[in-house]
Amino acid sequence: MRLVQRFLKQLVFYVLVLALVIFAVWPFYWMFVTAFKTEHDLYNLQAIPYIFNEPPTLKHVRWLFNNTEFVRWLWNSLFIGVLVAGITLLVAVPAGYALARMAGRYAESLGIGIFLTYLVPPTLLFIPLSPIISRLGLQDSLWALVVVYPTFTIPFCSWLMMGFFKTIPQEIEEAALIDGDSRLGAFLHVVMPLSRSGIFTVIIFAFTLSMQEFVYALTFVSSTTQKPVTLGVPTELIRGDLFFWGSLMAAALIAGIPVAIAYNLFLDRFVAGITGGALK
Amino acid sequence: MTATAQRRGSPRLSYLLDRTEVLGPMLMAPAILYMVVLLGFPFLLAIYFSLTDVTINNIQLGFSFVGVKNFAALFRDAIFRQALRNTLIFAISSQLLAMILGQTTALVLMRNFRGKTLVRVLILLPWAVPIALGVLGWKWMFDSLYSIINWTLRALHILGPGQWPQWLGTPTLAMISIIVVHAWKSFPFIAVIIMGAIGAIPQDIIDAAKVDGAGFWRQTFQINLPIVAPIVSVGVIFGTVFAFTDMSVVWLLTKGGPINSTHVLGSYAFQVGIVSGDIGQGAAISLFLVPILMLAMVLTLRAMRRREL
Repeated sequence: MRLVQRFLKQLVFYVLVLALVIFAVWPFYWMFVTAFKTEHDLYNLQAIPYIFNEPPTLKHVRWLFNNTEFVRWLWNSLFIGVLVAGITLLVAVPAGYALARMAGRYAESLGIGIFLTYLVPPTLLFIPLSPIISRLGLQDSLWALVVVYPTFTIPFCSWLMMGFFKTIPQEIEEAALIDGDSRLGAFLHVVMPLSRSGIFTVIIFAFTLSMQEFVYALTFVSSTTQKPVTLGVPTELIRGDLFFWGSLMAAALIAGIPVAIAYNLFLDRFVAGITGGALK
Repeated sequence: MTATAQRRGSPRLSYLLDRTEVLGPMLMAPAILYMVVLLGFPFLLAIYFSLTDVTINNIQLGFSFVGVKNFAALFRDAIFRQALRNTLIFAISSQLLAMILGQTTALVLMRNFRGKTLVRVLILLPWAVPIALGVLGWKWMFDSLYSIINWTLRALHILGPGQWPQWLGTPTLAMISIIVVHAWKSFPFIAVIIMGAIGAIPQDIIDAAKVDGAGFWRQTFQINLPIVAPIVSVGVIFGTVFAFTDMSVVWLLTKGGPINSTHVLGSYAFQVGIVSGDIGQGAAISLFLVPILMLAMVLTLRAMRRREL
């Protein structure tokens, strides 16, 4: 009896795991199959859709690379991501350090205040930002996104860096100060080299957060050549009511999976940022 | 070293830089400036715009102050009332669904089993893939003619021969689809937050409790829960704010249709303020997100305070 009970328990457990995995990856599996199916197979209502009833084809992928601006969008995303990561680093690292060490008794309130601005959604600000963007001469340019994206990467990354700097013992800096280094010097020569992993995390986050953004891109960019990949794919591969499903799915997978992997690798730190503010 | 060279160059500056109360604000300044210019100022501008008749056409030429006319117009606007209702339904139900799924996922992933690492990566995919790309897969799954969901349901004999639901074509089904997709997107986030929180319980506290003879219930309710709850609540508040303020899922799946039945505040603000160019009216719509945001901020603060104790 006990054995049966244990077996049943195990069974329920694995069924649960399977159900969750299926729910999570069902769309991705379907995207994958669609990306490599022939048109005829794709639109054949009689066949089983989950498998390749005809040999897989690279036609959709080829069309994507040869007949659309897909590669351009990938470059645009990369370009935006790199610049946003750079700006975020320049602004958030010093801010995180000041919050961890210097701002006195207001440090904590200020830190939480900056962290909370991460909650401010694009849907609240896109309307007033769009005349500001045109005034800056950035309308319909990917530079608009380079300027706007740090508004959500800076709060989060300052908070992450603050947590990170708090884990570095203050004594190390004090020793440098006693050795005659200046405050800024101690930060640059002693603290920064110890912070490589924190800085690396900030770069990855600023990059992936800007790779994932959609609403600001939709609002500020409308020329095909200026779009990041997350905007280009859903808006340009659809003509009127006609969806190019094979190429759409191929594009979504090619652009989405690398971002997902990068994000997955650093997820624990992201969670630590939200749950503890401490990053080790 | 460079520090000494700098000191020789300008003694006054380096003296100032050595003072914490000068250097601190200097290091903070870029961040604060950035947030004031591109977050604080636009927010005030949104309030200002919402009180004027500014549109995309008259923004250069001059527009005038109209008081609360935009807000009054909204309350007469049936689509807006629908959007407001949808926002509540959408945010609350998708968040509840995500919490149930996330809690289950966390419980499952806390156990050790073969292939756990792979399962974890797969389950996290919906959260990690950019939303605009993941939702495209769902859009294709909800296709009016070739929906794989319908095919599967029919193969399982859940759907009869004549039945072929239009997931995005009828108001109720479209809302359900949007809710499910948003829950799909956010449940991995809730799961990792819960796991992170449980991982944050210090082992020595657990050990001490065991030594002191705390039983399962006591340990759960007097030790684990008080530590886990504030942490998880921050995650849940974040998730709820994302759900309340998001428009990507709606815009990508239905663009607010069919016949404006699935708009949420974000997508309707986009429709009115950006697509139609009625900036004043659009700004008024998006300002309805502020109370939710304020509440979320206050709750986050309280959860964080509780954690410090």
